[in-house]
Amino acid sequence: MKPRSARAASSQRISRKEETISGWLFCLPMIVILGVFLFIPIVMALWVSFSNWTGRGTPFGSNVQFIGLKNYTDVLVKPGLAQSDFGTAIRNNLWYTLLVIPLQTLLSLLLAVMLNRKILKARGFFRTVFYFPSVTSSVAITVLWLFLFNASGTINAVLGWFGINGPNWFNEPTGIIHILLSAFGVDAGPAALTEHSFLGVSLWDWLSGPSVAMFAIILMVVFTTSGTYMLMFIAALQSIGEATEEAAIMDGATSWQRLWKVTVPQLKPTIFTVVTLGIIGTWQVFDQIYTGTQGGPAKTTLTPAYLSYSAAFNSQEWGRGAAISFVLFLIIIVMTWMQRQLMKDKKMSRRRQADYAAMKAEARAMSKDEIMSLGRPSANKPSGGAARASVTEAVATRKGA
Amino acid sequence: MRKRFTVAMAATAAMVMTLAGCGNGFDDTSNTSDGGATSDNSKALTVLIGSSGDAETASVKKAVAAWSEKSGQKAEVQVANDMAQQLSQGFAGGSPADVFYLAPEQLAGYASNGSLLAYGDQLTNKDDFYDNLLQTFTYDGKLYAAPKDVSTLQLVINTDMWSAAGLTDADYPTSWDELAQVAEKLTTDDHVGLAFSGEYARVGVFMKQAGGGLVSDDGTKAIANSDESVAGLEEVKTLLDSGHAAYAADLGTGWGGEAFGTGKAAMAIEGNWITGGLAADYPDVKYQVVELPAGPAGKGTMHFTNGWGIAADSPNQKGAIDLVEYLTSDDVVMQFAKDFGIMPATTSLADKWKSEFPELSAFMDGLEYSVTVPTAKGAADVITDFNAQLEGLRNGDVKSILDKTQTNLESILQ
Repeated sequence: MKPRSARAASSQRISRKEETISGWLFCLPMIVILGVFLFIPIVMALWVSFSNWTGRGTPFGSNVQFIGLKNYTDVLVKPGLAQSDFGTAIRNNLWYTLLVIPLQTLLSLLLAVMLNRKILKARGFFRTVFYFPSVTSSVAITVLWLFLFNASGTINAVLGWFGINGPNWFNEPTGIIHILLSAFGVDAGPAALTEHSFLGVSLWDWLSGPSVAMFAIILMVVFTTSGTYMLMFIAALQSIGEATEEAAIMDGATSWQRLWKVTVPQLKPTIFTVVTLGIIGTWQVFDQIYTGTQGGPAKTTLTPAYLSYSAAFNSQEWGRGAAISFVLFLIIIVMTWMQRQLMKDKKMSRRRQADYAAMKAEARAMSKDEIMSLGRPSANKPSGGAARASVTEAVATRKGA
Repeated sequence: MRKRFTVAMAATAAMVMTLAGCGNGFDDTSNTSDGGATSDNSKALTVLIGSSGDAETASVKKAVAAWSEKSGQKAEVQVANDMAQQLSQGFAGGSPADVFYLAPEQLAGYASNGSLLAYGDQLTNKDDFYDNLLQTFTYDGKLYAAPKDVSTLQLVINTDMWSAAGLTDADYPTSWDELAQVAEKLTTDDHVGLAFSGEYARVGVFMKQAGGGLVSDDGTKAIANSDESVAGLEEVKTLLDSGHAAYAADLGTGWGGEAFGTGKAAMAIEGNWITGGLAADYPDVKYQVVELPAGPAGKGTMHFTNGWGIAADSPNQKGAIDLVEYLTSDDVVMQFAKDFGIMPATTSLADKWKSEFPELSAFMDGLEYSVTVPTAKGAADVITDFNAQLEGLRNGDVKSILDKTQTNLESILQ
């Protein structure tokens, strides 16, 4: 979009057409790679989810028929094993998401704030240590966890020092909310909850909470992912700058207030990113389940991603597996959209907008000297003092009204 | 702008077509004619196995190499780390392994989509195998695989604990009551009397001993909530409630063999594979294998088998069949038995095997009254669900567990 004269003046005239062609040429490798490895497989999977492909040969072969929404209705509507498995997987993953996201976001934020302190010695060392679980293979961490949380493992031995008889972590299918309730003598749900069901799982079971086994996996995931998000928070903290922090100190804010009222609001874009990545990551949990529990005990660590895999590869229900993954995709989209709505900057009320406008107008009306005199004792420049008084007065009256 | 978009769309559409095109290419080359088996031996046959360990891998590799030398055809053994995934991938891509281990629960899925070669009729040693094993690998009236080996469940007893409890050879349990009694005597502060995994592939023996099971013998009718099946599972619940028997997982172990080997249980219901596990990990444990006690409907146990599958897409089906015949021939199977402790699936070898391994003869005897897991399409999911419920058996209701399983079975059998 150069000005006409500049183009005319240049001796080497660049043709628009050539520019376009070279542009496409530069983009071509990426378009081909994304197309072949991302776009086309997604289109194929979408087709498989509407077809009766049985897993032999190409899904575009002549013997593969379009069967409409059958794969989707099997999973979502038709009562049966496929539906109750899917319901169970969604239940498990919902609890998993509900616990993992707040825990990992808080933990990584706190770690980042601590590591951002100037007075802390060996910051680099701690940063590496906290980040280490994130770069370790999730398979290795899962195996480590299976050892730690074995019935006669380290965790239970440590709990034993305090006289606590630890559970048989990875073999305990009871939900932790059910366990809490049974401590109060509630062992079976009220009929209103047990008789009604959604997706083939009774409401009472929806409210079971994550099983003890799933809880162990939740702890593991928080342990592994917090390092990554901590790094993102540290980067954000370093770009904030110290001016606001110092200003807050001058205003007499306590360190707790500074954290929650000054630092955290400025980290909002990063929190948004971390929570979004968290939602996507937690709904796609697969490695830990595949290497660790394979959905057991009693299907309480079954997740939609693992169910999709096992429906396709173990049960040869390829259409169902693809349908589950597309439902999962929709869930992630909806959850991310909801989170966006929740975290959006609230629109200012009209009255506060008017306040700000009035303050701005008044400030603009002031001369440079008047502005410079703001904050000084008003004795020598009465006009400045009046202006200042009028600004504060305007705000005060509006606040009062 | 619109023009560019059109170009992009056209380019993508072209790529989709190209991909679909090459996809169609490999699909149509598959040989579907029944008469002539393919016999292109220019490429080496691939043999995909799910190995239990180095001993098995080495032994199979040796046998396949011996066949190569004999037949003059090349063949190579590959060890799968996830059999189902690697097989499925091969079938979908059109270039599967030629010969592979085939688990019965996978048969229906692969046979129904045409991935497997129904070579049963071309097998010359077909009549040597046990009939109930051939039945396991039959789908829609066609035999899809030669049984590779067989295993049964029996009662494994720790002889030191047995004599420490004051029991003798005359006390081996022959009925449910006697089993409960010896389990009680064998239970101490350190270990329980009996351990087994909380899954159908173990507790199913009690259902069979009571005359029940999951499906009828011909596999067409669900009998999961019949009175006999309920009685069998009730017996399991009674044993668990008594505290003299426990699931292996509740003892903090992965399977019955581990619970038995680590001395957390004096008896275990396990298959003949336990001998290999004990020899490798717990060589000091002395044990004795006896037949499981009889229930109200007589003796009962379960058998498990694996077969040799051949891919329909194999370019050298003739060679593959020849290889399978060699791998199921008497000498090779006996060598496998010595190398990694399998039990032959052929009647012709039963006596020879028993005289070779007299201490394990109870396992071979079990084949006379054993039942296997249902193999209908979708049965594996039903059993997974049943297993999930069995984990909560102690606090659950036997009838409602079996009712749900019955409903699930009926929906796949109709």
